[in-house]
Amino acid sequence: MIALLTRDLRLALRAGGGFGLGLAFYLILAVLVPLGVGPEPTVLAAIAPGVLWVGALLACLLSLDRIFALDWEDGSLDLLATAPIPLEGVVTLKALAHWITTALPLVLAAPVLGVLLNLPAPAYGWLVLSLLLGTPALSVIGTFGAALTVGLKRGGLLLSLLVLPLYIPTLVYGAELVSRGALGLPVSTPLALLAGITAGSVALLPFASAAVLRINLR
Amino acid sequence: MASVWEYANPRKFMHTSDWLLPGVAWAAAVVTTVGLVWGFFFTPDDFRQGSTVKIVFLHVPSALMAINAWIMMLVASLIWVIRRHHVSALAAKAAAPAGLVMTAIALITGALWGQPIWGTWWVWDPRLTSFLILFLFYLGYIALWSSIEDPDTGADLTAVLCLVGSVFALLSRYAAFFWTQGLHQGASLSLQPGTRMDWAYKAPLYISMVGFGLIFLALVLLGTRTEIRARRMKALLTRERMN
Repeated sequence: MIALLTRDLRLALRAGGGFGLGLAFYLILAVLVPLGVGPEPTVLAAIAPGVLWVGALLACLLSLDRIFALDWEDGSLDLLATAPIPLEGVVTLKALAHWITTALPLVLAAPVLGVLLNLPAPAYGWLVLSLLLGTPALSVIGTFGAALTVGLKRGGLLLSLLVLPLYIPTLVYGAELVSRGALGLPVSTPLALLAGITAGSVALLPFASAAVLRINLR
Repeated sequence: MASVWEYANPRKFMHTSDWLLPGVAWAAAVVTTVGLVWGFFFTPDDFRQGSTVKIVFLHVPSALMAINAWIMMLVASLIWVIRRHHVSALAAKAAAPAGLVMTAIALITGALWGQPIWGTWWVWDPRLTSFLILFLFYLGYIALWSSIEDPDTGADLTAVLCLVGSVFALLSRYAAFFWTQGLHQGASLSLQPGTRMDWAYKAPLYISMVGFGLIFLALVLLGTRTEIRARRMKALLTRERMN
């Protein structure tokens, strides 16, 4: 299983361009928003939590179709499906590899972009914490979407149509956590709900993803 | 012994729906017309909202059916996953566009009513938001069906999507409620029909609800019959090609 994880990580890091793309997209989004809404600091501070979360969501979405597409094309997915480790485990590892290569850099870059968007000082800790807690759910949900659309040609647009509605609860609680942190309000409720959604998705969705993959490989 | 599972047999289903469909369709037309005409022309104007209140006879039944259509799709998907009855999967497929249109009607009539009464076409009220999210889930479900060629794979994948989507739709609904209460406290724009409504309004409203239910049933029967016929045609063509 470790071998599979390191293989996926190595492929993601070396196979030209896939790695930094999400990060660059996140940066561009954080630059475009102030250009679009104007540089008024109070306005930016008010919308910063939401923009940073929506940006992270979209940046995660960019690399989702890579999760299974290459393995599907060269047939290694069939080998993985017949391998001794359960397909649920494979799916979880794929999600983990996606999280490490796509989501973790976003989490680390988010405070820097927060400066660009004039995020209030008390919110930085909550921003990193909320992204750390929420992005595993994004990766796992995205893996489910990627498994659904793996057999399709031009599945990319469909993938975003399927996955983005599933991201809504994570987005609402994550952005709410940061906004409350920025205003100094108590944050335990959105924190608990966000953690609950992540825990539930990580625990249950791999079974759905594996079931969907088996249907697609039939 | 008569059992509901007999209708898992497409032949039996076609035979029964053959005489059931015209009856349901006519009943839907008559009941809906009665409900809407009574509602629009034979109820008094509300003393504060004027005649705009009458949009409730379209809004509430369609909203009701929008949710019930998704629940019906969920049940049909479960039956397909558990018992592998093809008619059930096709009924879920047929219900989706009807549910989508019901959701759209509810959203549009709500906006038309909200403009004069609330002074805005749209607010991010929890109920409005969760309906918009439901609309997105319908779109994704229909898009997935239409992009898969193999019918059994399509039925399986959409069934799983429906199950997972139901959980997330419910979560989103509560997230929307949480969110507005947290951000703008107490958006007091909730619609609660039937609680303090006079019977002059309630009677045509209930009739419209029954009418919309019948319309939905007729559409699902019709859609399922079309799907079964399309499958038969495909099977015939394949057989033709083999010979």
